[in-house]
Amino acid sequence: MIINELERIASQVRRDIIRMVHGCQSGHPGGSLGATDIVTALYFDQMQIDPANFRMDGNGEDMFFLSNGHISPMFYSILARRGYFPVKELATFRRLGTRLQGHPTTAEGLPGVRIASGSLGQGLSVAVGAAQAKRLNGDKHLVFVLMGDGEQEEGQIWEAAMYAPAKGVDNLVAIIDYNKKQIDGPTDEVLNLGDLRAKYEAFGWNVLEMSGNNMQAVVNTLKFARGNAFQGAPQLILAHTEMGFGVDFMMGTHKWHGSAPNDEQAANALSQLQETLGDY
Amino acid sequence: MDFTIQNNKDTRSGFGEGLLEAGRRNPKVVAFCADLTGSLKMGDFAKEFPKRFFQTGIAEANMINMAAGMALSGFVPFTGTFAAFSTGRVYDQIRQSVAYSNKNVKIAASHAGVTLGEDGATHQILEDIGMMKMLPNMTVIVPCDFNQTKNATIAAAEYEGPVYLRFGRPKVPNFTPVDEKFVIGKAQMLQEGTDVTIFACGHLVWKAVQALPILKEMGINAELINIHTIKPLDMDAVLKSVGKTRCVVTAEEHQRNGGLGDSIAQVLALNMPCPMEMVAVNDVFGQSGTPDELLKAYHLDTPDIVEAVKKVVARKQ
Repeated sequence: MIINELERIASQVRRDIIRMVHGCQSGHPGGSLGATDIVTALYFDQMQIDPANFRMDGNGEDMFFLSNGHISPMFYSILARRGYFPVKELATFRRLGTRLQGHPTTAEGLPGVRIASGSLGQGLSVAVGAAQAKRLNGDKHLVFVLMGDGEQEEGQIWEAAMYAPAKGVDNLVAIIDYNKKQIDGPTDEVLNLGDLRAKYEAFGWNVLEMSGNNMQAVVNTLKFARGNAFQGAPQLILAHTEMGFGVDFMMGTHKWHGSAPNDEQAANALSQLQETLGDY
Repeated sequence: MDFTIQNNKDTRSGFGEGLLEAGRRNPKVVAFCADLTGSLKMGDFAKEFPKRFFQTGIAEANMINMAAGMALSGFVPFTGTFAAFSTGRVYDQIRQSVAYSNKNVKIAASHAGVTLGEDGATHQILEDIGMMKMLPNMTVIVPCDFNQTKNATIAAAEYEGPVYLRFGRPKVPNFTPVDEKFVIGKAQMLQEGTDVTIFACGHLVWKAVQALPILKEMGINAELINIHTIKPLDMDAVLKSVGKTRCVVTAEEHQRNGGLGDSIAQVLALNMPCPMEMVAVNDVFGQSGTPDELLKAYHLDTPDIVEAVKKVVARKQ
């Protein structure tokens, strides 16, 4: 898909995020907006998937796991826009009886979701398990997982980070949404992550870096990562992103991590985001 | 039931044999172990199916979630470590990625209870049944001897859904039939009686078996039922038996809070209130000692079951 088309989809996804979070007056817009380009590129261009025939087992296709489940508005919008479930269902986000729970779950049977996430630190391990299943099955597709940067503070991340290279899990691409912000403030202040690149390299990962809000860079890097697969080591992409990307007043601050815009703020945000595919 | 002792074996070895058999029957059965392959008796499986065995190192959280990820693709993963590290240490992982996500993961938990012995309270978990039974979608199985643990392991592999399988370290009398089909959720009648019902699980089943002749001499005709599946609880069997005997003793190597007795009490309070006594650990941690010493010290032995029966029968009258 040409870059311009992906950017148009991403614009609509960002509108969906604002409208969903505004609609129920809760949710996590900042991280959702920042990670939109990465996951749009995965689902609309880079992953080999079959949305019309969603299979829980993911056999014979690429798989994606969202470890930082709080950026669910982005995930839901992309799944719906990609055809996993009706776009109009986005209006039910976080409302009683919805399949679009606050954090993603399989309990309500939403197509596209394979495991619950929300409690942080688990997704990388799940992805390693799924990747090993593919190896056992002789399935040459890849497993992708998106994590938060604050999530790197969870100890379990480093259990999985140690395991995957040691066991040669080389059909795995992990991506860190490296926006350098978390709920309480900048990651540097909350708990300095140090040199993430050096840490993962020391654990045996092949580390790539990209500008996570530049669609061309995202596509190029994901392509490069696929080319590097099956060469003995898992891959880690440090995606330099901006929390709140696309909405000026939501950028440069951690304040929109988990806050919903009011009517005026939502209107302001939507005025900055082109409606490209039709609002739900 | 024939109570002849066939041999003395550890229930963990029953798990090891059951896992191997399950692996032979179904190529989708895989196993993870967090550096306790010998303790969990998983070595034979690892040797016969090296590609289906995953040594995780001492990283239980990663192990549980990898198992959940692998279950997605149709595999039947067993995770193996001590019960203490199979539950409390990984409760959040099990809750979100196994129970809530309803993944087909089998959590094999060895060295449960005080009979772990000398290692002491850090390893002697007495709260695990409670933690696991509180989780929606989770099945909780506590077999009583080697044969039953082997058969329960095979049954767990054939069952679709999360299972917590609890067993132990010491060699104990092995008396249930070899290759008896294990039916999850179906209580096992060991001896019919009329005066009192003893519901037991795990190692305490044999302790209750030993109480039967003592009670008989005292003129008490006790019914003994092995509740090897704590959840789902066989309510029909419980109510049918208690409807006849009208008083109950429960026996388990677990805290009173959250254990088998707690489950039985809930059923009876709601449906058939009657006198009840609980042989269980009462809100304290364990300590170092031999298994036999500890069972005595924590009042989990045959004389304790006998005393509880005497007490509850007196309360009935």
